[in-house]
Amino acid sequence: MTTQPVSPLDTNPNLRFLEEVSAATAGVARLEMCIQCGTCGGSCPSSADMDHTPRMLFAMIRAGMREAALRSNTPWMCVSCYHCVVRCPQDVHITDVMYTLKGMAISAQLYRDSTAPDFSRTFVDMVEDYGRSYEFGLATRHYLKHYPLRLPGMVPMGLGLLTKKRMDIQPHKIEGIDQLQAILNRAKELEAAQ
Amino acid sequence: MNDTATRLDYMFYPGCSMESSAKAYYDSLLAIKDDLGLNLKEINDWNCCGATEYVGISLTPAYALITRNLALAAEQANGTKSVVAPCSACYLNLAKADHYMQERPVLGTRVNQALAAGNLHYDPGTLEIRHLLDVIINDVGLDRVKEKVVRPLKGLRIAPYLGCMVPRPDYDGRWSDPEHPNELDRLLKVLGAEVIDYPLKTHCCGGHMTQISPSTAFELIRRLISSADQYNADLMVTLCPMCQMNLDAYQNETNRHFHTDYHMPIVFFTQVMGLAFGKDPKSLGFGMELVDARPALSRIGVELPPEEGAEKPKRRRTKKTGLPMPVMPEDETEEVNE
Repeated sequence: MTTQPVSPLDTNPNLRFLEEVSAATAGVARLEMCIQCGTCGGSCPSSADMDHTPRMLFAMIRAGMREAALRSNTPWMCVSCYHCVVRCPQDVHITDVMYTLKGMAISAQLYRDSTAPDFSRTFVDMVEDYGRSYEFGLATRHYLKHYPLRLPGMVPMGLGLLTKKRMDIQPHKIEGIDQLQAILNRAKELEAAQ
Repeated sequence: MNDTATRLDYMFYPGCSMESSAKAYYDSLLAIKDDLGLNLKEINDWNCCGATEYVGISLTPAYALITRNLALAAEQANGTKSVVAPCSACYLNLAKADHYMQERPVLGTRVNQALAAGNLHYDPGTLEIRHLLDVIINDVGLDRVKEKVVRPLKGLRIAPYLGCMVPRPDYDGRWSDPEHPNELDRLLKVLGAEVIDYPLKTHCCGGHMTQISPSTAFELIRRLISSADQYNADLMVTLCPMCQMNLDAYQNETNRHFHTDYHMPIVFFTQVMGLAFGKDPKSLGFGMELVDARPALSRIGVELPPEEGAEKPKRRRTKKTGLPMPVMPEDETEEVNE
């Protein structure tokens, strides 16, 4: 049996998954250039906690395994250290592809553990409301929901940050919050229209 | 290099952490900037860069959020071409937006369509995005730094820690190496410190993993601190608010997780610059770290007053003998036999 090239007329969306991921990535992803060398996984400080090494994940994307790829915890375990990016012989924008996969997994509701998506969402909610990050609100909301048992052990650290004035109890709102929200709303419309 | 009288003008993007968790970074930068001839004009009404969170949710809004800052900076620049960010994540996000809007013009178009809703516009390439350390090394120059050193940090063993997002991915080729850059080492040497060459200086601090996968983060934190400790560092010096936060504030939890007992102070490079320039340690934000830096500083004769409400020093065991151990009960066996 010989491998047939995918016809441009083929309507199976999974066959276009690689193109879809590339199109949704910030720069030129170069995902199709991956030579499966495994340098990425070998350079990764958190690969031990990943379902799939980045190399395998890219093979899955290429194979059109849309659901399995979006269910993988691999993008959520990426620490954005860019070790793989500077070592990749093919200059694949690996970290940015991981961001893309997270966004796609959220839209498709395919992540298995909500801790990381909830954290990102809460962080972004605060930024959209105030224009600045709001650590105290973020930490309390996130820990109460996801790490209630970790809270008692965190009290000394929280108090330390508060007494040393390293955490504000009140959020800080920027002056141009209306302008920022108008920009973000337009950006969301553009993103949805893709 | 620049004449010592030159004033160097930059647009300044502090980022959210500088006003809260990394206040020591801000305070110490303000304390030394005049000595370095840095004229930092804060971008009026800047907003959060979105850290590593917004890009993982939605692309166009994330880049519109970042680029609003660049659009404001370009409007307010008044002839200045460079934006300086002291935070690694902010620096990389700003640099990324500028870079990717050029690499992929469709992104640039969409971002500007969004910005138009707020009557803003940014042409990528208009501004240079620089990190504070890069500016100090390459614009201010080590010669000028050396001139300002009045209290060399002689005898202080410092582990330079850069973290990830400053030396990598380095779109503009500003750093000597993506994995083993020497810029921070050179700066600390000029300050008179003993600089430790240890292998993990650009390894990851765990980033947001402290919030979403603590055991992953604790392992990364442990690696860094134990490596610096193996090389007998008195303290670690960093240039990133996130790195400082993870290694400092989560050191205690990491110790509990691994049953270790590290006390490695983590401070910002601007704080030790201020020390070497003879500034008052209090004005440099010393004392705001959770892992006390005072024992390390006292090694070079810098004393800070003890803080009120600060953690009490651990009680030393008064007995010189070890814990009571079970002894072979020779007498007892006799008693039992009787």
